[in-house]
Amino acid sequence: MEGLKKVAVAGVIAAALAPLGVLAQQPVKIGFVMFLSGPAASPFGVPAKNAADFVVDELNAGKGPAPYGKVGFGGSKIEMVQIDEAGPTTSVVTEYRNLVQRSNVDLVIGYISSGSCLAIAPVAEELKKFTNFFDCGTPRIFEDASYKYVFRTSPTATMDSVGAAYFVRDTKGKVKSIAGVNQNYAWGQDSWGDFEASMKQIDPGVDVKTSQMPKLFAGQYTAEISSLLGTGADVIHSSFWDGDLEAFILQASPRGLFDKRTVILTTGETAMHKLAAQIPDGTVLGARGPFGPYAPDNAYNRWFAKGFEAKFNAPPNYASYQMAQAILGVKAAWEKAMASNGGKRPTNEQVGAALEHLAFDGPGGHVRMAIGKGHQAIMETAYGMTKNVGGKLTMVNVKRYPAEAVNPPEGVKSTDWIKGGFKK
Amino acid sequence: MSQIGPVLVDGVIYSAWLFIAAVGLTLVYGVMKILNVTHGSFYALGAYAGASLTGAWLAKGYPPMLSYAVLLGGAILVTLVFAPAIERGLLRFMYAKDEVVILLVTYALFLILEDTIKLIWGVNPYFVAEPYALLGSFEVGGLKYPTYNLILVGLALALSAGLAWVLHSTKVGKLLAAVIHDPEMSRALGVNVDRFYLVTFTLGCLLAALGGSFTAPTVSVVPGLGVDVIVLSFAVVVIGGLGSLPGAALGAVIVGLVRSVSVHYLPQVELFVIYSVMALVLAFRPRGLFGLAEPRKI
Repeated sequence: MEGLKKVAVAGVIAAALAPLGVLAQQPVKIGFVMFLSGPAASPFGVPAKNAADFVVDELNAGKGPAPYGKVGFGGSKIEMVQIDEAGPTTSVVTEYRNLVQRSNVDLVIGYISSGSCLAIAPVAEELKKFTNFFDCGTPRIFEDASYKYVFRTSPTATMDSVGAAYFVRDTKGKVKSIAGVNQNYAWGQDSWGDFEASMKQIDPGVDVKTSQMPKLFAGQYTAEISSLLGTGADVIHSSFWDGDLEAFILQASPRGLFDKRTVILTTGETAMHKLAAQIPDGTVLGARGPFGPYAPDNAYNRWFAKGFEAKFNAPPNYASYQMAQAILGVKAAWEKAMASNGGKRPTNEQVGAALEHLAFDGPGGHVRMAIGKGHQAIMETAYGMTKNVGGKLTMVNVKRYPAEAVNPPEGVKSTDWIKGGFKK
Repeated sequence: MSQIGPVLVDGVIYSAWLFIAAVGLTLVYGVMKILNVTHGSFYALGAYAGASLTGAWLAKGYPPMLSYAVLLGGAILVTLVFAPAIERGLLRFMYAKDEVVILLVTYALFLILEDTIKLIWGVNPYFVAEPYALLGSFEVGGLKYPTYNLILVGLALALSAGLAWVLHSTKVGKLLAAVIHDPEMSRALGVNVDRFYLVTFTLGCLLAALGGSFTAPTVSVVPGLGVDVIVLSFAVVVIGGLGSLPGAALGAVIVGLVRSVSVHYLPQVELFVIYSVMALVLAFRPRGLFGLAEPRKI
């Protein structure tokens, strides 16, 4: 009788716990949003999608490097819902709402355009949906507002501009004049504004010759290149990306813009493999952080870069790294929240609380959610100069800058920090 | 003052590119009264065909100097594959409908062709930089310009002269003028209006494809390439007067020069300058600089 009782009690307990077990094993449905069509698909969207495919496959197979070796997120496999970011901001917001309210995703990881991120952040907050921005650069997101459900595991564009100015200081010394050619929207304006302000902090006497702001995807830069050549500026800064970056290199290189002056392309890493023959030696390329050629030689990078290249027959670019970093950061937070929740599936609020002020490692190195009240990542950054070795572009004279040197401290706006002399 | 030479050269180069990109749009509108949104698609098709065929040509080690002929051949090839099929297969059934309906049809075709391009060429960029640097360079005001730019200027001049000659000095041009003025009466008098429409549409699309093909060596050929071109082309032909070839030429020159001046002297207004010119022209001449009042038919 006693034995039967025990069996019955065990049965009742098992039946009561069964839903929890099922819940724990239910897949974690993640909405991934990136450009899958349009001009940004090729340099950013598709490399990021490929990174998501690779990392999710590896994690679901339990093949991630320690401490990411557990299957999926905390033992639950990841189910991907991939959405195209292309289209006007209104449709990007509509698609986000569909993702949350119709597809019922558990989390969202995505967004390349700063415009998308600025529009999505308040909607994520309204819908109380954990959302991690993986690529967009504008620092305004956590400087102008504060969010509970919104995070960004990649550094802001401020780091790119300040790092570029430091690189000029460390490699060129005192320069007389600078000029810029950037796209005429938030990204280009912020990038140039931060670079110009940083250069003026480093050397108040620097002369700004011209700031060219052609419209996004203009494609034809004959007049802009003439203007830049005519000014005779020592340093030329550009945050061009995608086809604009490639067209600029193709049109500027035969005209000798890269000769006798330093040209800094802050997102140039995305073009370095495609345009190796056209990018002259001595061009300064950025990778929006310690990604691609600047990634550290750690276990995560060996796993990611080697696996990615084997799967897609092309090296990952910085957008790929940022996506991998975003997934690993959320996985770390999910599993931390799960552990605090007695091994049960965490809520969005618990995952968010776990990611706040978290530090984790990824293929790009050490990441700290140190600013924006713990919602914004900071990392070290690096810049280097190109050198063509046997038809392959390599980076030489690489300079690395610690995270604190290129990012504002907590609670200080980027522009104020730069204008205040980079005070820590 | 030393900037004046480069300002003019930059303006002329941009004007030439604009004219090549826009002239087909005004030709098709002038003859067929179709605001052809697929013009942007043909520009992109020309760019993809030019970049991929020329890339393959150079990869095979064939003479680089003939790559310009391959660019031309690429534009002709994609035009002949797509343009007659679109005109005969769809547009000819729409001629009786309102202009707005045909505009929407060409917009739908534009969207279809955008995806067709992705199906054929994928989303990765295509480059064919060699033809741009192959001819060396020339200097103006101490600034270096690839000689390739002169090909664009020459092509624009040849197109404008050729079209002017065909329209004003040949029998075909006179018949075309009759078709433009009154297609029904032309048909009644034995003119094969359908053939004129087919040839005009194909020629208009070929001009767009040529624009794309000869631009390919200077840009990264990526999805969405044709979107901005259709907007710019529209601005140019509206300034000149829809359907007017001299208007397209003058519109291109005005836009090219004004943009060049703004880039050199006032870069912060460059974004608005083209559309400011368009607004200014339309404020005083609502039909554009060369737009003619249409006779009212009873």
